[in-house]
Amino acid sequence: MTLGYIFTLVIYAMLINNVVLMQFLGICPFIGVSKKLNTALGMGGAVIFVMTLATAITWGINAGLLKPFELEYLTTIAFILVIASLVQFVEIFMKKMMPPLYRSLGIFLPLITTNCAILGTAILAIQRNYGFAESLIYAIATGIGFTIAIALFASLRERLESAKVPKIFEGPAISLITAGILSMAFMGFAGLVRM
Amino acid sequence: MSKKLSTGTIFTEGLWRSNPVLILLLGLCPALGVTSSAINGFGMGLATTFVLVMSNLVVSSLRGIIPKKMRIPCFIVVIASFVTIVEMLTQAFTPALFKALGVFIPLIVVNCAVLGRSEAFAYKNTVLRSLVDGIGMGIGFTLALGVMGGIREILGNGSLFGISLLGESFNPVLIMIMPPGAFLTLGYLLGLANHINRVRVSKGA
Repeated sequence: MTLGYIFTLVIYAMLINNVVLMQFLGICPFIGVSKKLNTALGMGGAVIFVMTLATAITWGINAGLLKPFELEYLTTIAFILVIASLVQFVEIFMKKMMPPLYRSLGIFLPLITTNCAILGTAILAIQRNYGFAESLIYAIATGIGFTIAIALFASLRERLESAKVPKIFEGPAISLITAGILSMAFMGFAGLVRM
Repeated sequence: MSKKLSTGTIFTEGLWRSNPVLILLLGLCPALGVTSSAINGFGMGLATTFVLVMSNLVVSSLRGIIPKKMRIPCFIVVIASFVTIVEMLTQAFTPALFKALGVFIPLIVVNCAVLGRSEAFAYKNTVLRSLVDGIGMGIGFTLALGVMGGIREILGNGSLFGISLLGESFNPVLIMIMPPGAFLTLGYLLGLANHINRVRVSKGA
């Protein structure tokens, strides 16, 4: 794995194939937790952390358990259970060992179990036959991509608060149209690197 | 759900008044991710309906056995099993659809619309009522996805269900079948749903 390849993979996962704006994973927190920039950044941090951990562990389970015993059809069940218990475990661990971090990320952790970006990234890393290091880099870059998207979107929504929106488009409707325009902007990254 | 609804109301509830996508905003990821054509939208809707109905059935029939504190993990296991079944069935019988829907089939597991119904309805209601609820919600979800897919396919490709509608001279709005088109279509549909509801409220009052 050359440095050039790592760079390409990071740009690809972070910008070109942005997890929220191009792949539509993790839309619920993207719409739900993006009213304020601070909470959006907190959610982003929690996602990067859990996504990296979850992808590492599910990669290990796939390579060590599911593949050798030809149990690949159990991928979905195994992964969701691992992620759900991992989130619980991280929550307990953080509460005991890192109280300041827990106070800033804690409330976002339970929400992450049903964040399809986590399960989606873990499954995609397996489907694309990434090696362990590749999967880790892919997960971190995807998490950063999520954070970039949600932070940009939160800043836009803070501005939207003071804008005059037609009555019927108030709330989620105008947010989605805004996200559409943001997604158009991200299409500009296409062709930046070749995978 | 404190008030007792009649079985008919439960069914129509999911179709419009509590439509999972347009009103409750649940399950938005597949609604945006797979609706680049009407076929994909309906396919995803039907797959989700199957999981929704079956998991509602199992959860409601086991509601006396599942302990309250362990209910969420139990729901997830039930849902994940049916998702695995759907995964195998689509792969075997409709391989093209399986390829088009991609990662979104296993992701039915984390579709909040499915888990939400187990938690909010099936765990507290009888088997029959949960069955009707699952079918209603499923059809509501399927219709929302199908309509989205239809709109995007007509505008972005000039066709519906793969049949060319608008002829050669039509210049397709490519952006509609690309990712931004999904956000825009759903945004305008939500606006439309808001409008219809406002009209209904003002007429009723």
